Amino acid sequence: MKKIALNIDGKDAQAAEGDTILNAARENGIYIPTLCYHPRTKQAGKCRICVVEVKGLPDLQVSCSLQARDGMTVNTTSERIIETRKMIVELYLSSGRHNCISCEASGECELQDAAYHLGLEKSNFPVIPKDLPVDSSSPMIIKDMNKCIQCFRCVEGCNNVVVNEVLEMGFRGGDMTVVCDTNKPMGKSSCVICGECVQLCPTAALLEKKAAGKGRTWELKKVRTTCPYCGVGCQMHLHVKDNEIIKVTGVEDAAPNFGTLCIKGRFGYDFVHSPERLRSPLIKRDGEFVEASWEEALDFTAEKLLEIKKTHGTEAIVGIGCARTTNENNYIMMKFMRAAVGTNNVDHCART
Amino acid sequence: MQKILFKNIDVPDARSLDTYKSRGGYAALKKALSLPPEKLISMVEESGLRGRGGAGFPAGIKWKFLPKDRNRTIYLICNADEGEPGTFKDRHIMEFDPHLLIEGMTITAYAIGAHHGFIYIRGEYNWIAKLLMSAIIEAVTEGFVGYNILNSGFSFYIDVFRGAGSYVCGEETALMESIEGKAGRPRLKPPFPATFGLYGESTVIHNVSTLSCVPFIIEKGPEAFSKIGKPRSHGTKLFGISGHVNKPGLYEYPMGTPLRKLIYEAAGGVRGGKRLKAVIPGGLSSPILTADEIDVEMDFDSLLSIGSMLGSGGIIVMDEDTSIPMIAQKTAKFFAHESCGQCTPCREGTNMIKFLIDRIIAGKGGHTDLEQILRLCRYIKGSTICAFGAAAAMPLNAMIKKFRGEFEALVR
Ligand SMILES: Cc1cc2nc3c(=O)[nH]c(=O)nc-3n(C[C@H](O)[C@H](O)[C@H](O)COP(=O)(O)O)c2cc1C
Ligand code: SF4
Ligand code: SF4
Ligand code: SF4
Repeated sequence: MKKIALNIDGKDAQAAEGDTILNAARENGIYIPTLCYHPRTKQAGKCRICVVEVKGLPDLQVSCSLQARDGMTVNTTSERIIETRKMIVELYLSSGRHNCISCEASGECELQDAAYHLGLEKSNFPVIPKDLPVDSSSPMIIKDMNKCIQCFRCVEGCNNVVVNEVLEMGFRGGDMTVVCDTNKPMGKSSCVICGECVQLCPTAALLEKKAAGKGRTWELKKVRTTCPYCGVGCQMHLHVKDNEIIKVTGVEDAAPNFGTLCIKGRFGYDFVHSPERLRSPLIKRDGEFVEASWEEALDFTAEKLLEIKKTHGTEAIVGIGCARTTNENNYIMMKFMRAAVGTNNVDHCART
Repeated sequence: MQKILFKNIDVPDARSLDTYKSRGGYAALKKALSLPPEKLISMVEESGLRGRGGAGFPAGIKWKFLPKDRNRTIYLICNADEGEPGTFKDRHIMEFDPHLLIEGMTITAYAIGAHHGFIYIRGEYNWIAKLLMSAIIEAVTEGFVGYNILNSGFSFYIDVFRGAGSYVCGEETALMESIEGKAGRPRLKPPFPATFGLYGESTVIHNVSTLSCVPFIIEKGPEAFSKIGKPRSHGTKLFGISGHVNKPGLYEYPMGTPLRKLIYEAAGGVRGGKRLKAVIPGGLSSPILTADEIDVEMDFDSLLSIGSMLGSGGIIVMDEDTSIPMIAQKTAKFFAHESCGQCTPCREGTNMIKFLIDRIIAGKGGHTDLEQILRLCRYIKGSTICAFGAAAAMPLNAMIKKFRGEFEALVR
C-alpha cells in the first residue's frame, strides 16, 4: 500500500493512502477522542469531538471523516480544539440523564471515557432536565433515550451492517431520538432482537435487559469462545461473574462475524445453567437411560461399532456430523469415519 | 436606476408568457443557444455574479468546478426555500415574474450541460408553486423549456418540488437529501455537490435571485452587469426591508448602497419618528448592527469588514423601544427549533443557549449564564457539519456583545 507523509502535532507521521486523519493519528500513537465513530459503522462526523485543525483548511475538521493527504499539517491539541471537545462533553452531560454511579455502562462507556480524558468532573452548564419514558417492551433490550448521545451508530448498524432496517433517527433538533419503525415500542416493532445496536451503543442507551443489575462491568470476566449454535463459528465473549453468564457480546475484530451475533448467540444462553442439561453420558440398559462415565460410554460405543463393522461391513455404518458444531469438529468427524471406521458415509444433520 | 430583477415588477400581468415576451423575454435564451456553452460560462464569470443565497460564492467559478466530462449527468437546482427570517425576495420574483427565473434556469442549464432541473420551493409557498408549474407548462408549450428547445437540439426539463417546512432544508445538501426523499439533514463535505450532488451526480445549485440575474448578463453582456455596484459585488440586489419602518417592502438597489439610504430613502425612515436602535442587515443569521453602524455599504466585503454579512439582504429594522434580549430570545428559539439535530454542538448548543436565555429573561439567570452563552457561540461556530451552527451562533454573539448592558440588567 502506498504510504503518505504528514505532520501531526509537530511530529512526522506516516499513513496509508486513503486513511482518515483519525486512523493516521492512532497509528502514530496520538490519541483523539471519538464518540460517534466506530470502526464498523465508519460513517460518522456527528458528535464532532474528534475535531482537529488542518493547515490551509477553514474551521475545525472532523478527523474521522477527512482523508489524510500527503504533506498535511495537523494539530490535534490547540486550545480551540480542547475547548470545543469540552463544550461537547459538557453539553452531553447537561442534556441527558447521566448518573454514572449506578449506570450499567459505567466502566465501558465512551462518554464517560471522553469526560475522563478531558478532566471533566461535571458540566459547567446547567442540567436541562430530561425524563423520557424508558422503553422496556422488548424481551431482551432496554432502550433508554435519556442516555442517548445521538451518535447514529445503532441506526447505521441496524440498516447497513445487519440490514434489518428497524431503527431510524426520528424527529429533529433536541427532540432527535432513535425510533423503531414508525416510532413503535421496540417490543412491538419489526426488531428481530439481534442486539447489534446494543453492541454498537457507546453508552447505556441500549442495554441487555437480562444483564441489568447483575454486575458492574469491571466485575465481569470476559471468556472468549465460539458460538455453539451453528457452523458459522461466530466469535464471542461470555461475560461471566461467579461462574454465571451475565451477557454475551460479539468479538469486534475477529472473523467471521466481526462483532455481529444473532438472537440465539447473543441472548440464548440460559440453557447453559439449566438443571435439565445432560451432565454425563447415558447408556440405555433394559429400555432405560442410565448415567455412565465417559470411559464406559466410549468403550461401549467403540465395541458396538467394531461389532457392526465385523458382522455387516463398514458400509453399514454412517457418520452424521452436527450442523451446529465447528468446522474443526466436523473435520475430525470426517477423518474418524474415513480413517478409523473406513467408510465414506459421512453427512450432516441438516441434510438427513 | 437599472433594474434587473424587478424590471417587470410594475407591469400588470407580467407573470403571463405573452407579457413577458412583449417585454423582451426569452431573447436572452435565444442568444444563449446561439453561443457555445463555454462562452456563456466565461460571460457569467466576467460579470462577477456572486450567489444571492447567502454565501456570495462566484457563480462562474462554481460552474467551472463541474467535471469536464460532458457525458455525465448534471443537475441544476434552484434553491427557493427562502427560510431565513426577514427574507422575502425570491417569492416576489417567482410570484410576479416566474419566466425570468425559468429563462435564467434554462440558460444556466444550457451553459453547464444540465438536462434536468428542480425548483425546491418552501412548502408554505404552495400557491407560488402552482404559479410556477403553470408558467413552466406555458414555457414548454412554446418551446422555451422541454424537448429540443427552440430547435437547438438542447433539452431541459424542470420539476417543482415542495419542501415540508424546515429551515435547514435551504442548506444545499440537506435540500438534496430532501428531494431524494430522506430526512433533511446536511451531508458531510467533502464531497461537494459539483462532484457528488443530487442522487450522487454532479449538481449546481443556486438561489432564485442568482439565476434570475443570468438573462440580463447574457442579453446585455457581462460589462453591463459588472459596472453596476461595487468592485467585488457587482449588479443589483433585492433588499427586503421589514420591521419598524414607514414603508416596509422589497427594493432593488445596486450592491454597495449605504444601509442608511435604504432605511431612510427607500423604506421611508423609522416609523412614528422614533430613534433607530439596531438593524439586522442580511437575514436573522447576520450579526446585528447598532444605529452607529448604518453608514456601511451593503455589499459582501463592506459588511464582512464590520463583522456582519450581506446574507440574504433581508433587513430588519428595530426602533428604540425594542428589547434586544427579547429579540435574542426569539432568535435562540428559532435556531433551537430548526436545528436538524445531527451534530452535537448545534443540537445541544442551540438548545442550551435557548435554555439560558429563557432563564435570563425570566429573571432567574446569573452573570455566568451570559458567559456560557458567549462560550457556546464561540465554539459552536466552525465545529458543525453545516453552516447552520455558525448562523445560530454569530447573531446571538453580536446581540450580547453589542447590547450587553441590556442583558446585564436582567441577570442577578
Ligand atoms: C442553514 C442554511 C440555510 C440556507 N437557506 C437557504 C435558502 O433558504 N435559500 C438559499 O438560496 N440558500 C440558502 N442557503 C445557502 C445554500 O446552502 C447555498 O449556498 C445556496 O443555495 C447557493 O446558491 P447561490 O450560489 O446562488 O447563493 C442556506 C444555507 C444554510 C447553511
Ligand atoms: S451512559 Fe455513560 S455517561 Fe451516561 S450515566 Fe452511563 S456511564 Fe455515565
Ligand atoms: S442509542 Fe446508543 S448507539 Fe444509538 S444513537 Fe443513541 S447512543 Fe448512539
Ligand atoms: S450544524 Fe445544525 S443544522 Fe447543520 S448538520 Fe449540524 S445539527 Fe444539523
